Amino acid sequence: MTLIDSSVELEELRGRIVSERDPDTPCITVCSGTGCLASGAREVIAAFSHEIEAHELKVELDFRATGCHGFCEKGPIVVIDPDEICYLQVTPDDVPEIITKTIKDNEVIERLLYVDQNTGEKAVHESDIPFYKYQKRMVFAANRRIDPKSFEDYLAIGGYQALIKAFFEMTPEQVVSEVKDANLRGRGGGGFPAGKKWEIARSAPGEPKYVIVNCDEGDPGAYMDRSLMEGNPYGVLEGLTIGAYAIGSHEGYVYIRQEYPLALENLRAAIEEAEKRGLLGTDILGSGFDFQVKVHRGAGAFVCGEETALIISLEGEVGEPKPRPPYPAVNGLWGKPTIINNVETWANVPLIINKGAAAFASIGTEGSKGTKIFSLVGKIANTGLVEVPMGINLRDVIYKIGGGIPGGKKFKAVQTGGPSGGCIPEERLDLEVDFDELTKAGSMMGSGGMIVMDEETCMVDVARYFIDFLTDESCGKCVPCREGLRQMQRILTDITEGKGKESDIEVLQELAETAREASLCALGKTAPNPFLSTFRYFRDEYEAHIKEKRCPALSCKKLVSYFIEPEKCKACLICLKECPAGAIDGAKKTIHIIDQEKCDACGICFEVCPSRFEAVMRVSGEPVPPPIPEEQRMVIRKSKQQ
Amino acid sequence: MCSREPRDWDETGLGIPAMNDDRIDAIIDNHHGEASSLIQVLLDIQSEDHWLSKEALSRVSERLEVPLRRIQHIATFYKAFSLSPKGRHEVHICMGTACHVRGAGRVLEKVEHVTGIGPGETDLDLKFSLETVNCLGCCALGPVMEIDGTTHGRLSAADTTDVLQSYE
Repeated sequence: MTLIDSSVELEELRGRIVSERDPDTPCITVCSGTGCLASGAREVIAAFSHEIEAHELKVELDFRATGCHGFCEKGPIVVIDPDEICYLQVTPDDVPEIITKTIKDNEVIERLLYVDQNTGEKAVHESDIPFYKYQKRMVFAANRRIDPKSFEDYLAIGGYQALIKAFFEMTPEQVVSEVKDANLRGRGGGGFPAGKKWEIARSAPGEPKYVIVNCDEGDPGAYMDRSLMEGNPYGVLEGLTIGAYAIGSHEGYVYIRQEYPLALENLRAAIEEAEKRGLLGTDILGSGFDFQVKVHRGAGAFVCGEETALIISLEGEVGEPKPRPPYPAVNGLWGKPTIINNVETWANVPLIINKGAAAFASIGTEGSKGTKIFSLVGKIANTGLVEVPMGINLRDVIYKIGGGIPGGKKFKAVQTGGPSGGCIPEERLDLEVDFDELTKAGSMMGSGGMIVMDEETCMVDVARYFIDFLTDESCGKCVPCREGLRQMQRILTDITEGKGKESDIEVLQELAETAREASLCALGKTAPNPFLSTFRYFRDEYEAHIKEKRCPALSCKKLVSYFIEPEKCKACLICLKECPAGAIDGAKKTIHIIDQEKCDACGICFEVCPSRFEAVMRVSGEPVPPPIPEEQRMVIRKSKQQ
Repeated sequence: MCSREPRDWDETGLGIPAMNDDRIDAIIDNHHGEASSLIQVLLDIQSEDHWLSKEALSRVSERLEVPLRRIQHIATFYKAFSLSPKGRHEVHICMGTACHVRGAGRVLEKVEHVTGIGPGETDLDLKFSLETVNCLGCCALGPVMEIDGTTHGRLSAADTTDVLQSYE
C-alpha cells in the first residue's frame, strides 16, 4: 500500500475502485452496530461467511458488515442490494435460505419482511418501511453503505471529495465562511454556531491550535454519536481534517468514552489506515498541510461532555468545568485556541463542503439548518436512530417513524435533551422540532435523545430519576449544584415514597432557581429542568403524590399495592414461584393470595402473570380489597362442574 | 463465557490480579511516560486487572512523578476506576433513561436479591461484581444487563435468575 501523494492520485484510486465494482452485483449488508451485535448479528455474519464459502459465491456476491442502520428494534438487519430487500430479525438459521432463495433464485422470503402492525401489509424494500420512509438520511446515510474499516468503501461512496475541494479549491477563510453560511449549529447540546466558533479560533492569537472531537456521549438514552463513530469513522476524520485546515491546526484529538469499545476500535483502525494512505500526517495529498490525530479515552464522567471539563480531562486532570469566558476557541487545550465539536457536527462538515452552504441551509427552519439524528427510545414501537430534517413535527417522529406506543398504551410525554432536558406533553406534540422551539417548550435539543413515555411512566419519578443522575454526576465544584441537587433529590424521593409535604414544591422551586442562577457550567444551570418541566406540565401528578399519597401511573413502588383478583386467578403457581419475597400464598387448585405484610411491591407477580389471565392488579391511594375467605379458594375447573 | 484466568503475577492466591512493576512500566512507556497521559495509563491498568491496586498506583506515581494524592483524586472522580478487586463476572445493569422507563429498577432489585450484593459491591466468593451504568447504547433491547461484555436484552425481572445462574 503506497502513500497517496496528490488529489489526482486519490481520484485515480477512486476511479479504479468504482470501476471494479459492478453496481448490479448483489451485495448482502448486515448491520453490525452495537444494538444488532447484541441481538446476534455476529452469528448471522458468521453464518453468511460460511454459506458464501460453501456455495462458492465469493466472486458473484459482495458481502459487507456495516455500521448501524438505525432500526435497532428489529435487529439483526440484513439488506440485499441493489434491490434493497430488507430482512429483519434474521437468525443464523435463516441464512442458508437467504442464499438459496433470495440470492440464487431471486425469491423474496416473506416471513423475514417488515409487517405493518396496523395494516398487516408487508414491505419488501427498505425505503418502503415507514421507519425509513419518513426520514431524511444525509449524515447517517453512509453508515449502511460501507464497511467502517474499509478505506476503499469510503472512497467508493465519494469519501474525501470534500477534503480535496477544501484543500485545493478553497482558502481556509472560505471554508470557515462556508460553514458559517450553512449555519451549522453544534449537535452536542449547546447549539452554538460552529462557523462562528471556527472564526474566533482562526483569528485568535496563539500557536499551536487544536481541534477536538467530543465523543463523550454521556446522555443516557442517546447513542447517535457512537453509531456514527462506529459506522463511519472516516467521515468524522474527514470533517475534522477540514476543520483543522480551516483554523490552521495541526493536531487533533478524539475524546471518546471508553465504554464504546467498538467505536474505539473502528476509529483507531481508520486513523491508522488514513495515516498509511497519507490522509493524515505530513503534507496531506501534497497540499503542504500537516495534521495528526490522537485518541484519548474518557474514563466515565458525564460532566466531561462539557467542553471546558473535557479539555481539563484531556490534560490528564480531574474534569471540573472552568468559568467561560474565556472560551476554548480563544483559550482551550494547554491554553491555546481550540475548537471542540461533537461527532455529529464534524460528520456534517464534509456534506456542507461538498454540496455548498446554500444546499445545506435549504433544509430546516429559520434558526436551525440541516438534519438532526435522534435516538428514539423508551415506550415506542420502533426504537432506533432516526435522522430527520429540522422543523419536523414531533408527532410525525413519534407516530409515523416511531410507530406509536406499543401494547395499546396511551402516550404521556416525550423527554428530549438528555438529563438536563425536559418533558413535552401530548398537547405540545405539534411543535416543530428545532433548537429554538424545544427551548421554548421548556426542554432542549441536547444531543438528540428522545425518550418516549406512556401512561405507566410516573413523571415525578422521571424527575427524581434525572435529578438522581445529575446529583451523582455533579463534579462538586459549585455548591448550588452539589448541595442543591442533593436536597432536590431527597425531596423528590420523599414525594415518590408518599412522604411529600405541601411545602416541598416551594422549596424545590427555590432550589431550582438557585442552581440555575449560581452554577458555573451547563450541567448545574440546566440541572433543575427535569423538575421544572415535569412540574409545568404534570402538576396534577405531583399533587396526587403529595396530597393523596397516590401515584396515578401506578409506578412508584412505595405507593402501589398489588393484589390478586380471585375470579381471574387460575392457580397456575407462576407468580408464587417467582415472588422473591415469598409473599404469595397458594397451591395447585388454590387461588393465590398476596400477603400484604410480606409484599415489597417489586411488581414481578404483575409482570409474570400470563396475559390471558391478568389476575394481578395494582392500586394506589386506596386499600386493597380484603382477601377471599379460605373456604372459597378452591378452583373448580369448568369441565368438572358439568 | 469468559471467566478470568488467574495471572502469572497473581501474588494473592485468591485470583486477585495485582500487576507487577514491569508491566506497569511497559504501559507507561507505551504512553511515552507523559504525565498528561495519567488517565490513559490508569485505564490500561484498570482494563487488564479490573481494579487499581495500591501498589500499582504507587508505581504510577513514582514513574510519572505525579503525587499519589492527585492520582487518588482522579481514580475516585472517574467512574471507570475501581479501588477494590472485582469478582470473576462483572454484571452491569443499564440504568439509562430508556431502560429505566422499561423497568430496569425491577431487574436491578432482582439481581441484588439473587446475588446478595448491591451496586459497587463484590460478593465474598469473588464471583459477581455488580455495577449500574448510565447507558450501554442498546436502548432497543432495554432493560439490558451486561455480563463480562455479553449483552442480555429485553429482560424481565423473572428472567434474570436464569441468566445469572448460567454463570459459574
